[in-house]
Amino acid sequence: MARVSLQNLTKTYAGGYLRAVDGLNVDIADGEFLVLVGPSGCGKSTALRMIAGLEDITDGAVWIGDQFVNDVHPKDRDIAMVFQNYALYPHMSVFDNIAFALQISQMPRSEIDARVREAARILELTDYLKRRPGHLSGGQRQRVAMGRAIVRNPSVFLMDEPLSNLDAKLRVQMRAEIHSLQHRLGVTTIYVTHDQTEAMTMGDRVALLKDGVLQQVDRPTDIYNRPANTFVAAFIGSPTMNLYHAAIDGGPTLKLGSSDIRIPQSVFDARPGLSRYKGKPLIAGIRPEDIGDAATAPQRDPSRELTAKVELFEDLGSDTLVHLGVDAQAAEVRSSDSLDEIKSNDAKGRCIARFTAKSEVAIDQTVTVQLDTERLHFFDAETGEAIWT
Amino acid sequence: MATSKTTDAVAAPVFERSYDTEALAANRRRRRNKARAKKLGLHLILLGLLFVMLYPVIWMVFSSLRPENEIFADLGLIPDTWTLQNYITGWNLFGDKTFGVFFVNSFIICALAIIGNLVACSMAAYAFARLNFRFKWFWFALMLGTIMLPIHAQLIPQYVFFLKIGWVNTILPLVVPKFLATDAFFIFLMVQFMRSLPRELEEAATIDGATYWQRYWRIILPLTMPALATTAVFTFINTYNDFFGQLIYLTEIDKMTVPVALRLFLDPSGGTSSYGGMFAMVLVSIGPVLGFFLASQRLLVRGIATTGFK
Ligand SMILES: Nc1ncnc2c1ncn2[C@@H]1O[C@H](COP(=O)(O)OP(=O)(O)O)[C@@H](O)[C@H]1O
Ligand SMILES: [Mg+2]
Repeated sequence: MARVSLQNLTKTYAGGYLRAVDGLNVDIADGEFLVLVGPSGCGKSTALRMIAGLEDITDGAVWIGDQFVNDVHPKDRDIAMVFQNYALYPHMSVFDNIAFALQISQMPRSEIDARVREAARILELTDYLKRRPGHLSGGQRQRVAMGRAIVRNPSVFLMDEPLSNLDAKLRVQMRAEIHSLQHRLGVTTIYVTHDQTEAMTMGDRVALLKDGVLQQVDRPTDIYNRPANTFVAAFIGSPTMNLYHAAIDGGPTLKLGSSDIRIPQSVFDARPGLSRYKGKPLIAGIRPEDIGDAATAPQRDPSRELTAKVELFEDLGSDTLVHLGVDAQAAEVRSSDSLDEIKSNDAKGRCIARFTAKSEVAIDQTVTVQLDTERLHFFDAETGEAIWT
Repeated sequence: MATSKTTDAVAAPVFERSYDTEALAANRRRRRNKARAKKLGLHLILLGLLFVMLYPVIWMVFSSLRPENEIFADLGLIPDTWTLQNYITGWNLFGDKTFGVFFVNSFIICALAIIGNLVACSMAAYAFARLNFRFKWFWFALMLGTIMLPIHAQLIPQYVFFLKIGWVNTILPLVVPKFLATDAFFIFLMVQFMRSLPRELEEAATIDGATYWQRYWRIILPLTMPALATTAVFTFINTYNDFFGQLIYLTEIDKMTVPVALRLFLDPSGGTSSYGGMFAMVLVSIGPVLGFFLASQRLLVRGIATTGFK
């Protein structure tokens, strides 16, 4: 068991031109499950590989426990790593795959046997110990990769997108399994993923990277409810947060296109800095679940309602995602893959609302929606930083 | 009117459909026949060419089975008298030594060459594929460059060198270089193969605590099996068939190998030549090559099949 500390961790490629990881500072507590999340190419794997010792560190420091490990060989860092494609040795049986590290360290055979069997029991692999990885299903291979990590009893687990090769259903199952396993073993874990759902459901804390730069590190609920900037706001949550260029004027009302939404005093209390933006442009955000069907609302309140036309709806059974056309100007958020805009509802004035199953909607129908104004988000129009103080 | 219209409407599609399928089937049949005829023609041509190319071998097979004096007298393919005498005289031609001695000599050299190439080339290949050292690309290019160097350019300096260190008339000049990774082609083959192996395997092994040597021996080498098999097969064939190298370095009769010994059947100075014995021994000496190739063919295929990469 150990805490891990990353101090100003930096990796540059192409002679310093490309900063894959840029000044990463995170402290991971002993036994903590930290998820490193971000769009592909943002430097997650590079950061993890520097912690593992598979990649040279350009600048900064990695501490594992009380040891400064920048120049320590990977095998001496007391870590185990799970790779995206599992990296199982195809010519060895499951047993030998799990036992490999122990065999290398010349542990007595009887102890290796006991440890491998224990790991196999935990992961329900006992019946497959003699098989080759090629004859296992995706989920079983994943478990062998986990077995290889836990059998060594390391003080840190490093996992690089371990679930991304599994189908959706298995992914959900393995997500829970890894989470509970980590909880039981209490091993400090750094888990890399590009999937915000995995990040939200698994992490004790989530660290979000963009272009190698740490955007925010927080508990999942905090990162969801108090995103530090528009990028975090748009990346976390599905469907993504609706973000619009807007303005606040006296009243105080939020000018969202041609609609006026009254902002309650409590919002200003929570965000003292917001009063400075009166009369200035800013970006307002609201999550789909905070936009409800006014018709089913317990209480009508015209000061926080607006009307819009239904362009499309997706009935999910439990609730309905309603795509509405609004006349506000959508704010764009770009990810590090500049080709792939993470904000999916970026078409001008598109807005996604999550209605309960009770609502009945039809395409082209005009509906009145009610905003949960307490849960509005505000960001600086220039920097995209959240407005708090 | 109304009724006829309905029958029309019903009949038309049915008629159309049956017509359609029949026409399509006929069309398909015609096309298939045409393809078949084309294939047959192609096969006939290929068989004809094969016969032309195999004729000398076939002729040799029959010639080895007829009495010595009939070989050049009778131009027909089928012998008048069948005999195995050539095999007996060929095998025992060299006094107290049988032809078996040459086989043993050939096999010793082949076995050592194969071992040498497998060990040395795979280690060199691992270094080029995975390790980092100074001027790696220069050394790699230099190594590849030796492929282009003609043997004839190397021959004399090499001979002089081996003569000076007293290795001529031993098998050392034929074997020792193989242990020094001198077959650049096989190194290149293995480098390419090793590069295609996922890097994560070795990274996982590194974290598991494996040294370079352990990674090479326990991860890379087993997975390079298909390339190793290819190397073994081609090293065997090259070495077994290497007439020239063995001719210049092996001069004593009890060190000679099969290809060199076959030459002894003919006396260029006008003495007695035993063509029948030579034909018989040539056929016997083809055996190992054929056998090795057939046996290793399975290995090659299996090697590729068991790697199990996506
Ligand atoms: N060996 C390398 N040489 C040059 N650039 C690299 C190398 N490895 C990664 N990169 C670059 O560094 C950035 C981060 O890569 P990576 O850490 O793999 O991203 P992620 O795992 O978040 O998808 C990418 O832009 C990638 O192209
Ligand atoms: Mg990655």
